[in-house]
Amino acid sequence: MAVVRALDPVALKADFPIFEREFRGRQLAYLDSAATSLKPRVVSEAVAGYLNNYSANVHRGIYEIGEEATAAYEAARTKIAKFIGAKDAREIVMVRNATEAINLVAYAWGRKNINKADTIVTTEMEHHSNIVPWQLLVQEKDADLEFVSFDEDGTLNQDSYDVLLRTKPKLVTFVAVSNGMGTINPVTDMVRRAHGAGALVLVDGAQAVPHQPVNVQEMDCDFFVFSGHKSLGPPGSGALWARKEILEAMPPFMGGGEMIREVHLRHTTFNDVPYKFEAGTPDISAAIGLGAALDYLSDLGMEHVRAHERELVEYALQVLPERVKSIRIHGPRDAANRAGVITFNLADAHPHDVATLLDREAIAIRAGHHCTMPLHQRLGEEASARASFYVYTTRDDIDRLAEALNKVERLFARN
Amino acid sequence: MDDLYRDEILEHYRNPHNFGTLDEPTLVKEGSNPLCGDRITLMLEINEDGTVKDVAFTGRGCAISQASASMLTDEIRGKSLSEVATTGRQDVLDNLGIEISPARMKCAMLSLETLKSAVSDRVAWQGKTDEE
Repeated sequence: MAVVRALDPVALKADFPIFEREFRGRQLAYLDSAATSLKPRVVSEAVAGYLNNYSANVHRGIYEIGEEATAAYEAARTKIAKFIGAKDAREIVMVRNATEAINLVAYAWGRKNINKADTIVTTEMEHHSNIVPWQLLVQEKDADLEFVSFDEDGTLNQDSYDVLLRTKPKLVTFVAVSNGMGTINPVTDMVRRAHGAGALVLVDGAQAVPHQPVNVQEMDCDFFVFSGHKSLGPPGSGALWARKEILEAMPPFMGGGEMIREVHLRHTTFNDVPYKFEAGTPDISAAIGLGAALDYLSDLGMEHVRAHERELVEYALQVLPERVKSIRIHGPRDAANRAGVITFNLADAHPHDVATLLDREAIAIRAGHHCTMPLHQRLGEEASARASFYVYTTRDDIDRLAEALNKVERLFARN
Repeated sequence: MDDLYRDEILEHYRNPHNFGTLDEPTLVKEGSNPLCGDRITLMLEINEDGTVKDVAFTGRGCAISQASASMLTDEIRGKSLSEVATTGRQDVLDNLGIEISPARMKCAMLSLETLKSAVSDRVAWQGKTDEE
């Protein structure tokens, strides 16, 4: 039997150059990976390798470095396809981030397929990037946008979902994992029910791809999006996956070079998928960097990544309320359906003040609405603080968080 | 950590001065910081001679934004609107007397921006009535 080697975050820190820096005499406790992840050396080296050694454009140069650049860029596409369980790399459209992928679907698929009085269903726990593009679309088309509510425990209200499915929506879209509360949604079951109601399904995988095994074929969704920069990759990398027949039936998103087959003054024929959706020179170095990041994560094993983060969540859910008396933690209380995200408020200190004071202790957390204002309205909080974990997060980081929050709490309670 | 927020800031945060509403405000202005959800509603009662008779604010926010509003409203009571209009960012920073990082500058300046906006509304309105 193979020896299952658990992930060792202390050893992994050596792969991330940022931990060599000192912040106020200490190593950084980086607890904002849900915003963006740190980058391992293999990623910066892959990016620098392209920029220094073969920085040619892709799909154009009939010379050695042009061919190297094309091969590396297409290899990244293949790695992305494999990482998310796509059956064909041609179903992967390279984009800058999940936001761009959602906008691509809203413009190219949405403008063709959403008509007056059609319904799109999303949820109250979405990132703004999975609300605003649909608002723009339904305003243009005079269509309806409906929202699945969530309960006290931070889970989607499945009765509310069933009621909305009865409106026969054309599209259903939701986060696989909430960036606001860490909720892991029952994706496969929700996709099955949406298909039963005749809808196509877009899954926002921005917080899932970095943190747990993902397989789009098992999910059986129709569109899937994620960002590379949250998955150890560079900013400017990300992907849209969609079933090939859907991509082929979609009109283009942006017009320009690369996306064409033949251009005449009065008409143009378009390239095959996915190139039809990749107008202009892409962020080649970011894509190659993402390929290196996904290799790194594959070597760790995504089951191990998830197991590590689940253990951290269990630890945090236990020690934070013990050591920080006035803490209110939002979202699921069970680590089984909670990703490495702890969103909270202290009774007397505003999240901004908490983040500023923690920064003095070299602890980086997020404070604000985390691009989820409707979620915060539902929670009844104007803002919250959020600590989020990744492969390099240790129990020691959480101990430092607890100790610092305890100090903040005492400072603000002082009379 | 303890040295960052002076006791005076924390005191203003816990018990902000001029917190509440006015019965007969001459000017009412709302301000918000879209990045963090801080909100403030500022009310001013102006005497006929153009001086600030009374001022009050409501809203929720961090210690920096609340202390800044508390101190600013203390400072402008009794002043003429033209004096109020000359209040600048440095005055707010001097009041706070602590290091404000670039990311927190919007928190510190929310009350001042709202005040400036209220005063310029007043000036614009007066300009309009002068023309009539």
